[in-house]
Amino acid sequence: MPYSDKVVDHFENPRNVGSFAKDDTDVGTGIVGAPECGDVMKLQLKIVGDRIVDAKFKTFGCGSAIASSSYVTELVKGKTLAEAQDIKNVQIVEELALPPVKIHCSVLAEDAIKAAIADYRKRQDAEVGDPAAARS
Amino acid sequence: MQHDMIYMDNNATTRTDPRVVEAMLPWFTEKYGNAHSRNHAFGWEAEEAVETARASVAKAIGAEAREIIFTSGATESNNLAIKGVAEFLADKGNHLITSTIEHKCVSDSMKALERSGRQVTFIGVDREGRIDLAALEAAITDKTILISIMAANNEIGTVQDLAAIGKLCKSRGVLFHTDAAQLVGKQPIDVEALGIDLLSMSAHKIYGPKGVGALYIRRAKPRVRLVAQIDGGGQERGLRSGTLNVTGIVGFGKALEIAVAEMPNERARLRSLRDRFLTRIRERLDHIHLNGSLENRIEGNLNISFAFVEGESLLMSLKEVAVSSGSACTSSTLEPSHVMRAIGVGEELAHTSIRFGIGRFNTEAEVDRVVDMLADKVSRLREMSPLYEMVKDGVDLQSVKWSPH
Repeated sequence: MPYSDKVVDHFENPRNVGSFAKDDTDVGTGIVGAPECGDVMKLQLKIVGDRIVDAKFKTFGCGSAIASSSYVTELVKGKTLAEAQDIKNVQIVEELALPPVKIHCSVLAEDAIKAAIADYRKRQDAEVGDPAAARS
Repeated sequence: MQHDMIYMDNNATTRTDPRVVEAMLPWFTEKYGNAHSRNHAFGWEAEEAVETARASVAKAIGAEAREIIFTSGATESNNLAIKGVAEFLADKGNHLITSTIEHKCVSDSMKALERSGRQVTFIGVDREGRIDLAALEAAITDKTILISIMAANNEIGTVQDLAAIGKLCKSRGVLFHTDAAQLVGKQPIDVEALGIDLLSMSAHKIYGPKGVGALYIRRAKPRVRLVAQIDGGGQERGLRSGTLNVTGIVGFGKALEIAVAEMPNERARLRSLRDRFLTRIRERLDHIHLNGSLENRIEGNLNISFAFVEGESLLMSLKEVAVSSGSACTSSTLEPSHVMRAIGVGEELAHTSIRFGIGRFNTEAEVDRVVDMLADKVSRLREMSPLYEMVKDGVDLQSVKWSPH
């Protein structure tokens, strides 16, 4: 496993492990992946206004999946939703120097951000009684 | 390097026993003759050493010395047995049978034969990894020439009912080959009693050197014949050309002598270490699953799934222990273990499996240390696992709609 020092560091000292209460309206939860594929990421964003003020993760997966999620929690903090939405997996690959066979871990982390934002928006819409959300 | 690491991957390879190394050393620098040199003492003494080793190898499996040919290892032996028989018996039949849990060198040899027009049937196994004997019997046709079933599995350690398979083969006039790389030297095996016609062995799985192995080829009832796969000087009765690896062969012979002599005690010792490992880890962790059979198993092997913790991440955490995983993430192809799939372990559990190979040089203290580290690291990773959290919250993981990628 020729992992970079950064992967090893995030794996051994993962940032922001944990959970927020997922029913809180200021929290967006994204769960992506599947146990049979060997990786499941849960990324939670705490959002005030339009800005991500905190993030937490739990990940079932290989070392680079855990490192990718840990890095992403640092990356998104302080960003607006629009900025976070624009994060591309390449950024994660470059930061962590992921080997080609592990690129899917970064894709999963990007998906987790998008899923968490989508979940947050859905909750917000439901909160304000958006008719479209109510129908779905 | 890393002398403080605990090596517990003895199904992958083993440390060469110092007694074996000692026996080998003179054959590098003092007695370096070519065993095929007929004109001088260097050649004669090398030939004599090879024949002594051949006798040891034969004795270990209940064969005669002239039924043993030396090869570079079990991979070569398996290739020669399967392709050699298929080629020799091409006029008699074109059908071969094997199992779904074989080592790649058997299954890929079979697939190579398929590409050249032969029919191959892959027989499944039960949850413990044992061959479905009824399916095996039903698969035999009048075109079947060879059945190749491994003696003990390299991942889960399951030992097959070789006597039953041998009996079946005999009654149907089909040759029986077994890849016994993981069984020879660990449990008794007798080619006569079990009705085995061809048997592959490897030295480095039993505290001998890498790069040497052997193939047993029955000489009588029936006389097994095959087509050589390597052309050259006609060594090993024309079946395996190439200058004999005298040093390696001497080491192989010595390794088997030691393994056979120490087998009763070593089996009991490994079994008690294995039981200690299993008992202690079960006391410390919930949601763990033993893969394979506890009864029909080579003693040193344990294959355990630690649910909700992916195998590669666990290996990464166990920095001071050398073990291996059936997790797809540890393989370059990202393919999960075919053995885990064959025994019906769900993919999600296959990703969490770790193989421990306890061997001759492992101690009780090492077992205890590994268990301590495991309990600690698995708990840490479970704290990070969303699956463990969900299960603790009462969620049924089967009912969740996942997003496979």
